[in-house]
Formats: sequence, C-alpha cells, structure tokens
Amino acid sequence: MEYIVIIVSAALISNVVLSRFLGICAFLGVSNKVDTAKGMGVAVIFVILMATAVTFGINTMFLEKSGIFGLDLTYLQTIAFILVIACLVQFLEMFLKKFIPSLYKALGIYLPLITTNCAVLGVALTVAQDYSNFPKGMIYALGTSVGFCIAIVLLASIREKLEGNDIPESFKGKPIVLIIACLMAIAFTGFSNLNIG
Amino acid sequence: MQIIIFSVALISIIALIIGIFLGVSSEIFKVKVDEKVAKVRECLPGNNCGGCGYAGCDALAEAIAKGEAAVNQCPVGGANVAAKISEIMGVVADESVKMVAFVHCDGTCVNANKVYEYNGTKDCRLAASLPNAGEKKCSYACLGYGTCVEACKFDAIHIIDGVAKVDEEKCVACKACIKACPMKVIGLVLYKKEHKVVCSNRDKGKMAMDACKVSCIACGMCEKTCKKDAINVVGNLAIMNFDKCDDCGDCATKCPRKCIS
Repeated sequence: MEYIVIIVSAALISNVVLSRFLGICAFLGVSNKVDTAKGMGVAVIFVILMATAVTFGINTMFLEKSGIFGLDLTYLQTIAFILVIACLVQFLEMFLKKFIPSLYKALGIYLPLITTNCAVLGVALTVAQDYSNFPKGMIYALGTSVGFCIAIVLLASIREKLEGNDIPESFKGKPIVLIIACLMAIAFTGFSNLNIG
Repeated sequence: MQIIIFSVALISIIALIIGIFLGVSSEIFKVKVDEKVAKVRECLPGNNCGGCGYAGCDALAEAIAKGEAAVNQCPVGGANVAAKISEIMGVVADESVKMVAFVHCDGTCVNANKVYEYNGTKDCRLAASLPNAGEKKCSYACLGYGTCVEACKFDAIHIIDGVAKVDEEKCVACKACIKACPMKVIGLVLYKKEHKVVCSNRDKGKMAMDACKVSCIACGMCEKTCKKDAINVVGNLAIMNFDKCDDCGDCATKCPRKCIS
C-alpha cells in the first residue's frame, strides 16, 4: 500500500514536469509525435531507474558520513551523480544503436540530451536526500519517471490533434505548446486533493 | 587539505571506472558501418525529402550500398550525383532524364466557375472532402489552398491566381506535392517541355464546358491532329505520351479549348 502511495504521489500529485517543472527541455522538444514521445518516455524511465540505483549505492557507500570513509562528502553529490548519468546515457546510446536502431534514429539529438535532462539529476538528488530505504527510493524513481512519460505522451497527443487547426499567427509553434503545458499543469493541480492511503 | 585530496581522488576513481566501463562496452556494442554507406551518403544532397521512396538520405545510402536501390534513385541530385555514386559503387549509371512536377489545371479565378463560396479552413485535404470536391464547379480542379506549397521543401510550387504553379528551375521532382495533392492534379513532365495538357477534367463535353473556360471536353481534335500518335483521349481527357511527342505544338494550336499550353 505504501508503495502505491509513493508511486501515485510521484507520478500524478507532484508530477515531475507539471508541478515541479523539471525536464522541460525534453518535454517541449520531443513531443511532436506520440511515437517518439513514447520512445523518449521509456528511455527516460530506463535512465532514471539505472541512475537512481547506481547513485544510491555511491551515495550510501562513499558520500555519506555513515559510509566506508566516515567522511561527510555529500557536497560531491552533484558532480558524482552527473558523471554516472552521463555514463548511463552513453551506454544507452550504444545499446540502442546496436539493438534498436529505429528508436535510435527517432530520438536523434534528444537521446544525448537526456544527460542534461534535469529530471534525472533531480530524482537522483531527491532520493539521496529523502530516502534512506533502497526499495522505496527505487519506487519513487519509478513513479517519477512514469509521471514524465505520462506527461510527455499526453502533450504529444494533444499536439498531434492541434495540427491543421487554425491557430493565430502569433501563437504558432512554441507559444501554443507552452500554453497547453500550462493548462495541463493547472489540470494536474487537481490531483493535489486526491486522498489516498 | 586531506579532505580535498580525498574528494578529488574519489571523483577521479569514479571517472576512471566509468571510462573503463564505457570503453569496454563500446567494443562490445560496436556496430559495423559499411564504408560505402558513408561515402554514398556524402554524395547525396541531404534534403531528406523522401522523393526516392526511402525514409531519407541515410536510408537511401544504405539501400544503394546494399544494391537494393539504383545508383540514380535520387531525383534531387540528378545525373551529377548519380555519376559520383556509380563511381563509388563501380556500376555504370543509366542516363536519368530530368523531370519536373506540373499542375494539370488552369482553373484560375477567371477561368473556373464556382458553385458556392467556401470560407472554411484553407486546406486542400479538407476542401476536397466537401460536396463537389471544393467550391470550383469542376470537381477535378486544383483547389488552390496550398497543401502542395506546404509539402514542398524546395520553395518550387506557389499558388498564383488560385492555382498552383511549379517553378521548373527550383523543382527537383521529389514528388512530395504529388503525394500531398488530394485532387491528384499534379504529375511529372519532362523538364523544359513546352506543350502539356493543362486540364484534369474527366467529365463529358457539356459538363466540362460549363465548369471552366479552359477545360478539356474530349473532342479528340488533338488526337486527329497529331502525326506521331503522341496524344490520346482516354476517359474523356487528353493524355500526352512523352516518349512519342516531339513538342511540335500542332495539338496546342488546334485545341478549341486552349487547354494544351
């Protein structure tokens, strides 16, 4: 039950994109088509889960005072975590190039950009600071990344519907997307009254 | 001091481990790239227009290297690019004839009669689904809302006086407009050919005559005039055979409707 509460609150109530405003770059950049949005969502889920698992290990083993060195090195979190994330993204890129080249081509430039997707670093840092229990931290990471996936697929499907509509000249392109994202964020605040558990 | 050295050492070690890991996995996940693919890709223009029938220049380069596609498959590059590619592939290229897109309709605002006023979204795909296929009385006409203009990546097609017109110099025959046009009034013709049938109307004489001032009424005058048997009336519409036609222009002068230009 507790795990379900963590997932729902991470995915919907405090959605990573729509209420914490992390990972906006990929959210706006890759949401042209539902297919690529799905690919991006799944890639982000994979990277967030892997990154959280590895960074959780590094954090508890080396960086915290209770770790093997007995020194408080938590100020190294940012640099150590970003190293791990960059490595994982590189690894994912190689993996996709070898085994799923079609998805590799569809994601294009946005695949290496997951490195700078602040949602990934955001989740790793939040887990390191707020969760001392590994399974709970992983469940939180899963919820957050699923939340990202939901948000980007929703935006992509709205944008697909938008094609061919008569949009005022000054709102064409990115402005209308920002307005949609804003309306989605307002809609997602409705989840904050959700009473679970 | 000690803590500074310690943290630097820790980060360096993490970076070293990551470096080794990535180095090893790049060996494991190595993708063999055919040298020919890269070379062929370099020769291609890189517009990614899809005129060759493949998903983009990368896909065509792969297909050519595998021998699945012809060396002169790229309509944009033409003979120049085909020669370069055939050198790489060691195959002799066939002469490729330059073609350009052409709009088989001259239903301009003056020429075409209208049956009603349409004020909806300016999109041919939508207008084509309306009764009578758009506001023009001729239900085979170019609608002039510019769906082909949007599709063209080379700025080679424009709406002039309610009808799409192709700029022969800019057109690369990628067929994007042909695919985009819901009325199917665009086709490929020979580059620099002077005489073409400028109508797509397949209605019978009386109906075609009412619809537009320059419609083909399938009278068969061109067929009788032509000495080379290069123009035939098929399904109430004159169709030109570019293999036989020598561009003499006799049919154009004889055409009572002036729909051969």
